[in-house]
Amino acid sequence: MFDLFLLQLLNGAQFGILLFLVAAGLTLVFGIMDFINLAHGVLYMIGGYVMAMVMGTTGNFWLSLVAVLPLTLAVGLVLEVLIFRRLYDRSHLDQVLATFGLVLVLSELSRIIWGSAPLSVAMPEALSGSVPLIGPLSYPVYRLAVIGMGLGIALLLWFVIARTRVGMLLRAGAANRAMVSALGTDINRLFMLVFAAGAMLAGFAGAIVSPILSVDPGMGDSILILTFVVIVIGGVGSVKGAFCAALLVGVVDTLGRMFGPILLQSLLDPAAAAQAGRTLAPMLVYVLMAAVLFWRPTGLFGRSVAR
Amino acid sequence: MRATAILSALMLTTASAAWAEEPLKIGVLMTLSGPPAVLGEHARDGLLLAEQKLGGKVGGREAEIIVVDDEGKPDLAAQKARELVESEGVDFVVGPIFSNIMTAIAAPVTQGGAILVSPNAGPSNFAGRDCNPDIFVVSYQNDQMPQVLAEHMNQQGIGSVYLLAPNYQAGQDSLNGFKAAYDGQVMGELFVPLGQLDFSGELAQIAAFQPAAVYAFMPGGMGVNLVKQWNQAGLSQIPLMTAFTVDETTLPAQQGAAVDMLTGSNWAPDLDTPGNAEFVAAFKEAYGRVPSLYAMGGYDALMLIDSAVSEAGTEDREALRAALKAAEFPSLRGQFSFAANNFPVQDFYLTKAIKDDEGNYRTSVVEKVFTAASDSYVGDCAMN
Repeated sequence: MFDLFLLQLLNGAQFGILLFLVAAGLTLVFGIMDFINLAHGVLYMIGGYVMAMVMGTTGNFWLSLVAVLPLTLAVGLVLEVLIFRRLYDRSHLDQVLATFGLVLVLSELSRIIWGSAPLSVAMPEALSGSVPLIGPLSYPVYRLAVIGMGLGIALLLWFVIARTRVGMLLRAGAANRAMVSALGTDINRLFMLVFAAGAMLAGFAGAIVSPILSVDPGMGDSILILTFVVIVIGGVGSVKGAFCAALLVGVVDTLGRMFGPILLQSLLDPAAAAQAGRTLAPMLVYVLMAAVLFWRPTGLFGRSVAR
Repeated sequence: MRATAILSALMLTTASAAWAEEPLKIGVLMTLSGPPAVLGEHARDGLLLAEQKLGGKVGGREAEIIVVDDEGKPDLAAQKARELVESEGVDFVVGPIFSNIMTAIAAPVTQGGAILVSPNAGPSNFAGRDCNPDIFVVSYQNDQMPQVLAEHMNQQGIGSVYLLAPNYQAGQDSLNGFKAAYDGQVMGELFVPLGQLDFSGELAQIAAFQPAAVYAFMPGGMGVNLVKQWNQAGLSQIPLMTAFTVDETTLPAQQGAAVDMLTGSNWAPDLDTPGNAEFVAAFKEAYGRVPSLYAMGGYDALMLIDSAVSEAGTEDREALRAALKAAEFPSLRGQFSFAANNFPVQDFYLTKAIKDDEGNYRTSVVEKVFTAASDSYVGDCAMN
C-alpha cells in the first residue's frame, strides 16, 4: 500500500505541475491587471492543437514543442491587441461575459478547423517507456519528463520575477498598479507582455500533455475550473502561491480520489463507502479551497486586502 | 355544370398528384457539437449515404432530410424534437446518439405523431416497461455490449476483473450489465468524474491490484486517453477489454496504442454480410474515414424507414408500424429482426482493433459470441 501511495504522490505532483503551468499566467493576469480571463483554458487547448499540427507536418517532437512557444505567444498577442485590451477598464461581469463568449467562439472555430474527433500526438521514442519502481508498479518516463520540464519552468519564472527588472515591475504592478504607472512605466506594454507570456505558458502546458491526453475542443474547459481553484488557494497574483497551491491541489485530488474510498471502507460498509467515496472525492479540492479561504481569505500567499 | 365537374375533377386529380408528390420528411436529431460530436457526425453521414444510395428517394418518395444538433443537452433536444414534429411536420425522427437525450425526446416525438427510430441509444426502460409502438431501436440495448465481453471472459476462464467507468447513469448501467453476466470475481470498481482525461491514479491502483483483466466503459475522448495511457503505465500485460471505447471514432487518435484490444459489437467494417463491403468503401470514398457502428446505425435506420414506407406508405399508422416491425430491409448486419419491444434480435461479436492493409485503424471481427440475441428486458414490455 505504501508503494502505491508513493506512486500516487508522483501522479499528484505531475498533475499539479501541469496545473501550475496554466495557473501561472492566469494568476499574473488576474493579479496585475485585475482581469478575469475565462478564455485562458482555450489557450491551453490551442497549445495542444498547434502541437498536433506542427507535429503532423514536421514529425519531430522537440522541434514542435519549441515551435509552440512563439506561435502561442503570437496568439496571445493578437488576442490581447484585438480584444482583451478593450476590456481592462470594464467591470468584472463584462470581462466574464466577453471572455466566455470568446471560449465558445474559439472552441467552435477549432472544431471547424481541426474537426471534432480527438487528435493525438505521438510520444518521443526515448521517453515512451516506463521505469520500474517497486513490485509490479512502474512509472511512465514521459510523466517524469513533464515533472522535470515543469520544475525547470517554475525555476525560470522564479528567476525572472525575483531577479530581473521586468520581474520587479511585475511584483510592483501586482501590489499597486496605479503607482507603477505614475512612476513612468508603460503599464499597457507590461500588460501585453504579461498576457502574452501567460498565453505561452498555457500553450506550452497544452503541448506537453498532448502525448498523454488527446487534443480535443473541450480540453480547455476541463482544466480551467481547477486552475481558478489553484489561484484562489495560492493567492491571486502570486506565482509562488500558484506553485504551492497547484501541487497541493494535484496531490489532494489524486490521493483523495484513490484513497478516499479505501479509507471510507474502514468506516462504512463497502457499498455505502463506494457510493460516498465517488461522490465526495471530486469535491475534496473545493472543500480544501473553502477551508483555505476560511483561515486565510486572501489565499496562502496573497497579500492582505487594504481596508 | 359539366365544365365545373370537369374542372373539379381536374383539381381533384392535381390535388391527389400533389399529395403523392409531397416529400417524406425525416428529422435527424444528433449530437453534432462539443467533444462527442464525432459520433453524431458518423451517424448522420451513414444516414445521408443511405439516402444517396436510394437516389434521394425514401420509400419511393422524394425525401426531405432535416438535420438538427441537440448539442448533447436533453432540454434543448426536447425543444428541437418538438419543433421538428410540430413546425416541420416530420414523419420520422432519427436519433439520438445518447441515452439521456432519448429519454428527453421520446415523448415529444411520439405524442406529436411521428415515429422515433434510434440509430444508437438503447436505454433499458424503452426496452422494458416504457416500450412504445412508435419507437424503434435499430442498434442494440445498452447492456448487450458489456455482456459480450463478460461472456467472452467467462469462456476464457478469466477469474478476476477490475471495472472502470465514468460516474453517470450510462457508466453505472454498463458496469451493472457487465456484472449481471460475469461469473468471476469483481476485485473493485472505479468510477471517475465524467470528462476526466488523466487516469494516472486509476491505472496505478489497477497495477497494484493486478487483476486478470480490466473491463472499461469510457466513451469518446475519455477512452482515447485511457487507451493511450494504458501502455505508457506499463499495464500492457493486463488485457483491457472495453465497450464503446475502441471504435472507428476513437481509433484515429488511439492508433497503435489500441491495436489488439478487444471490444464487443454488433458490427465491424469487415463483417461478411451482403452489401457491407460496398457500404464501407462508399463511406470511405465520401467522407475520408472508416465508418463506425454509429455510421452503420444511421444507414440501417434510413433503410428500415425506406422499406416500411415503400410497403405501407405513411397514411395508415397501423400498417406502417407493422411494416417497420417486419424489418424487411437489407441490414448491414445480415440477419435482423425486431423483438416484441421493437429492439433488435441480432448477432453479437467479439471484435478487436487492427491496422489493416490500407493503413487504417479499425475494428475487426474475432468471433461470434451471441447468436440471434434479444435483450433481457423484453419480458417487461407489454407489447406483442
